[in-house]
Amino acid sequence: MQTDRLLVGFLRVGAMVSALVMLLILLFLLLESWPVLSQLSLLRFVVDTSWHPLEGAYNLMPMLSGTLLASLGALLLAIPLGIASALFIVFFAPSYVASLYRRFIELFAGIPSVVFGFWGLTTLVPLIGEWQPPGASLLAGVTVLTLMVLPMVALTAYTALAAVPEELFRNAAALGLSRWGMVRGVALPAARTGIIAGIILAAARALGETMAVLMVAGNVVQYPESVFDPIRTLAANIALEMAYAMGDHRAALFVSGLLLMALVMVLSGMAGLVEKQSHV
Amino acid sequence: MFEMMQRIRELSVQSLVYLAALLVSAIFIWILSDLVRGGIAHLSWEFLTESPRDAGRAGGIASILVSTILILLVALVTAIPLAWATAVLLAEFIPITSLFGKVVRFSLYVLAGVPSIVFGLFGNAFFSIYLGLGFSILSGGLTLACMLLPILTATAEAGLRAVPDNYRLSSAALGMTRTAALIHLIVPAAAPALVAGLLIGIGRALAETAALLFTSGYVDRMPGSLLDSGRALALHIFDLSMNVPGGDAPAFAAALILVSLLLCINILAMKLAYDLQRRKMMI
Amino acid sequence: MRNHGQISLIIAGLLWLLAGAVDAASQRLILTGSSTVAPLVGEMARRFESQFPGVRIDVQTGGSSRGINDVRKGIADIGMVSRQLKQNENDLYAFTIALDGISLIVHADSPIVSLSKTQIADMFTGQITHWSVVGGTDARITVVNKAEGRSTLELLLDYLELKNSEIKPHIIIGDNAQGIKTVAGNRNAIGYLSIGAAEYEVKRGAPIRLLALDGVQASVKNIHNGSFPLSRPLNLVTASEPQGLIRQFIAFAQSSQVHDLIKSQYFVPVDAD
Repeated sequence: MQTDRLLVGFLRVGAMVSALVMLLILLFLLLESWPVLSQLSLLRFVVDTSWHPLEGAYNLMPMLSGTLLASLGALLLAIPLGIASALFIVFFAPSYVASLYRRFIELFAGIPSVVFGFWGLTTLVPLIGEWQPPGASLLAGVTVLTLMVLPMVALTAYTALAAVPEELFRNAAALGLSRWGMVRGVALPAARTGIIAGIILAAARALGETMAVLMVAGNVVQYPESVFDPIRTLAANIALEMAYAMGDHRAALFVSGLLLMALVMVLSGMAGLVEKQSHV
Repeated sequence: MFEMMQRIRELSVQSLVYLAALLVSAIFIWILSDLVRGGIAHLSWEFLTESPRDAGRAGGIASILVSTILILLVALVTAIPLAWATAVLLAEFIPITSLFGKVVRFSLYVLAGVPSIVFGLFGNAFFSIYLGLGFSILSGGLTLACMLLPILTATAEAGLRAVPDNYRLSSAALGMTRTAALIHLIVPAAAPALVAGLLIGIGRALAETAALLFTSGYVDRMPGSLLDSGRALALHIFDLSMNVPGGDAPAFAAALILVSLLLCINILAMKLAYDLQRRKMMI
Repeated sequence: MRNHGQISLIIAGLLWLLAGAVDAASQRLILTGSSTVAPLVGEMARRFESQFPGVRIDVQTGGSSRGINDVRKGIADIGMVSRQLKQNENDLYAFTIALDGISLIVHADSPIVSLSKTQIADMFTGQITHWSVVGGTDARITVVNKAEGRSTLELLLDYLELKNSEIKPHIIIGDNAQGIKTVAGNRNAIGYLSIGAAEYEVKRGAPIRLLALDGVQASVKNIHNGSFPLSRPLNLVTASEPQGLIRQFIAFAQSSQVHDLIKSQYFVPVDAD
């Protein structure tokens, strides 16, 4: 019994440390961004002329819009393709093709973002550049992000669809529903919460992605006028400027880190809620 | 008439779904073949055993691999005890409704969503500067450890919960302490799940770039100690492709190696997970 | 606080575990800063190490501002700065090791060989958008700018009498090498970087061309005789009066023992008047 008590004490310390990591991260982000947060009004991050930290202009909005546009674009492409992929695996493909295709998607879920970025840089950007210079653009960023979140959407949608009880399909078949009728009327509604949670997680991933976007999006701070204009995302901004930022500039980068984290936390909170709902 | 319409709709949906799957496969095969075509010529035994020269244009990636492994080791040695201790506590010792458990679980859930670049910011501020570790393998590894905590904990907790309750009951009936039951019965039963989680964590760590940019640094030489800066493989690919004119060929080769490495790890993890499922069905 | 202690404990444990790999006792120098200076100092460091076994010198890039930042914070022993120190930086000690210039570069296939200061300013502010205006093909100009905080950017802005907010770039890059890579991969791009770095890459076959500035060739010779308008010192900086190994290395970097290295990187040694 003594050993039990010792062990539990030990485990509690471990769990405490694990839980404190998150707190520590928040603490340090706040601590490092404090010089700017305490001096400047938050409004400055919205109304300044643009992002020129050395000239004292800290507007994060162009980069926030770049982040949101790139993520939104990627989701618009990845959601239909991802859900279609999941439907292909569960309903349409012959079983050996289905399992092969699923392995394939699982493989791509594990490819590092830097490899996607590298491919985008060497293949995609020159390709777009031939057509609409300079090539490094919102479009390139969207495409690379799509490739990265697509496996996530597809796999979560697959899991959700596969978990729909067999019984429902039998009933639907007994009613004489066509395959598409069954998919639309039974499978998709039953798997809805799982699919939505997966999409939200994919959105969080897209918002926070750094390297791939940094490599292909051109990194100009601006509101893009077309998909061929270069953009800079919040995460790319940190990666690009952190190496040599000092003083208020550095603190402002930590502020953009906080903003990014807030965005992602809201999304994962939403995903949690959606998942919880599905259990009720 | 109605039947016609339905048939047409059925067919068009089917062809759309097939088209989507075909498109996805085609793009992914395109990427893979680009990687293979670009990298295969540059691959050789020397590429693995020599250190990079001339900013990585010549030579190989030996020092990069060593740095990568050291960073990974630091991360695992730090994260595993914490994560598994947390998982054992959550799964075995405290009720699911306990406040402490809820707080820990919530904190890890939030941590799982933190973007890797934010881990990089934190690692730079805390490990590199506050703790004074500088740009070093130690800083990078510890930053990665924070990142791995939620994955390792979640997979381990799920694995432990999957161990049937009669293990616990019968060990109690035999008068074993819970510690003994844990060590001799429950953890071995959950081992495949623990290992599968570990492999997923390793895969994540190997793929990571953004969190290491400002923590483990850029130095591409053979590290002499854990306090030296060391460049991870993913970062090497980034640097070669962005910062080295004429660095594409070695970058392709390095990417090919990284992808093959991750592929092996993924397959292993998947195999473990499938075996686990099969065994569960047998019980 | 408990957390802090725990982490220190883990670190101590790790150090003990891998004691074989850890020998922090040997002499180490850390240099960070300008990506222009880094390759040169890297070569110097290698020679220094071979003369003084047991010394290890780590060189990392990140831009001049980072060099200054890291030296102030004590993360680096020596910072590399590719410009003169500013007013608010006179708490630091600077040691010039070589001279360099900044050149505008285009793709080697471009017909352009020379541009005037006003033409460049107009291109960078978006008033000239096509190469045809300055005698090139009818293609849109891709302006490659450096990220804020890079000394190359600051020098060019000084010279063009512009602020960074007035520049309308199409691609933003970090290190010198990324600039070369971007311009080499885009026929219609214009960028700028260290003459030393550019010459070095041209000699190794990168398809870029250094443009003459107001008719003055961007060359080592013209920096040497002072006729090239965009030149700058390359400095090593320290936070306090250099002592011991740091002093030894700086003296080495300023000595004639490394002039061949400076020349091979297309920079200009300081005392070679």
